[in-house]
Amino acid sequence: MSEAPVLRMESVRKTFGSTVVLRDVDLEVAPHTVTALIGASGSGKSTLLRCANLLEEIDDGAIWLDGEEITDPRADQDAVRRRIGVVFQAYNLFPHMTVLENITLAPRRVHGVGRAEAEERARELLERLGLAAKAGEYPDRLSGGQQQRVAIVRALAVRPRLLLLDEITAALDPELVGEVLAVVRDLKDEGMTMVLATHEMGFARDVADQVCFLEGGVVLERGTAEQVFGDPQQERTRRFLRRIVEAGRL
Amino acid sequence: MTLTEDPKDTQDAYVPSERRLERERFKRARARRATAIAALSTLVTGVALYLVVVGAPGWPRTKETFFDGRYAREALPKVLEGLWLNVRLLLVCGAAVLVLGMLIAIARTLRGPVFFPLRVLAAAYTDFFRGLPLIINLMIVVLGVPALRLQGVTVDPVLLGGTALTLTYSAYVAEVFRAGIESVHPSQRAAARSLGLTNRQALRYVVLPQAVRRQVPPLLNDLVSLQKDTGLVSIGGAVDAVRAADIIVGRSLNYTPYIVAGLVFVALTIPMTRFTDWVTARLDRRRTQGGTA
Repeated sequence: MSEAPVLRMESVRKTFGSTVVLRDVDLEVAPHTVTALIGASGSGKSTLLRCANLLEEIDDGAIWLDGEEITDPRADQDAVRRRIGVVFQAYNLFPHMTVLENITLAPRRVHGVGRAEAEERARELLERLGLAAKAGEYPDRLSGGQQQRVAIVRALAVRPRLLLLDEITAALDPELVGEVLAVVRDLKDEGMTMVLATHEMGFARDVADQVCFLEGGVVLERGTAEQVFGDPQQERTRRFLRRIVEAGRL
Repeated sequence: MTLTEDPKDTQDAYVPSERRLERERFKRARARRATAIAALSTLVTGVALYLVVVGAPGWPRTKETFFDGRYAREALPKVLEGLWLNVRLLLVCGAAVLVLGMLIAIARTLRGPVFFPLRVLAAAYTDFFRGLPLIINLMIVVLGVPALRLQGVTVDPVLLGGTALTLTYSAYVAEVFRAGIESVHPSQRAAARSLGLTNRQALRYVVLPQAVRRQVPPLLNDLVSLQKDTGLVSIGGAVDAVRAADIIVGRSLNYTPYIVAGLVFVALTIPMTRFTDWVTARLDRRRTQGGTA
């Protein structure tokens, strides 16, 4: 990794009560790369993302965003979050706002962009994701795939430095997964830096520059997609991948 | 696609089967039977009630003291005049209660050490005024405050009564708002914060709009209740609908004016209740259909 990393984690530890969710996690995410976090449910993937966005406070270790330590208690958390986009498994769109209002909320209220300009940018993004006709709809009226694409647009509208995707296809019907993953692929081509937790192994293998296999809150194995999927070094990684193959998901 | 393209095709081709016709005949017959039974049952209940009331040993005397047409005609204009005070109280107190209740609810959800005293104060306020019987609150404020003989503080029973109502109802409404705020799923706040919104912005743009929308039915319910309780300001001597009836009763020793006042309150409450039902039904419909109407 030649360029300075966008996101760096060092010895991150996170516990919920007596459960250790993340143990000594190190991670480096270079600009314009995609990092895929894989592992069974409960392995700590989502928690890792939530810690990176300061939605969860870590117990030990440190996290840097563009070289600035964001886990310093003196850091401005709101300013940090402004630079990180997040897309959640359950979309988390605001049900009382139209698609357009969902997207323009943060640009207008947080970044002080004028209404006309914010809406123009929103419509442009919607257009690109094939959702131009849905601008005036409420989220309930959209399919899961459409809602998730709107959530992606909402995260992109503030031009984030880093995009965190938390199992964004896990709640979707199989036939809707493709349309969402296609968007992520496009974003990669545009050079967006992303970290994604996913159960879509085929997709992770395809799109990720770096793959981290988590188990029990520990990064057991990491490397390029070819290394981790093609020639896993750890017995437990092999076992996990074998189960995935048996389940027909790779 | 091509099959459903021309609806005429499918409609013309469809002839209801004998089975369907038979079912519909049966359903119609069953509906007729149900209507007949309901009518009969209503009639029997009505007659029974009438016989019980009219057949009661004290009925002639009760009729005279509670249902006297002459006193009803005399009381109605006075009661309606008094009712205008109740309506004004409802409007002013209702608005004040919504604002104060919201502020208290927000105070209770504030985080951070700076707000600690505010949180405690808000919690103590709701605990105290929800527990304190309204009638005692009214007596303390309406009778106790003038007794202090403070310079520049009103002794007007309407203003003081309104203040007491606002104090009690703000506590109820604050709890309604707080329940609403807490019913918004934490993931909504997480999504808002992830977009860089501050805690306050997340509350204002994401949490509160959803909370208020959900709490419309219980809020209207409290307003209906407030509407009736405006009648209690009469204990300070303000001439509202109840007091207007009281005056005539005191003079005539006939209780008909109370019945008139009661009916007038009911008449005032019914539109409000229907409105509440309508709003609730509309919200439910929107939620289940996911519509935008």
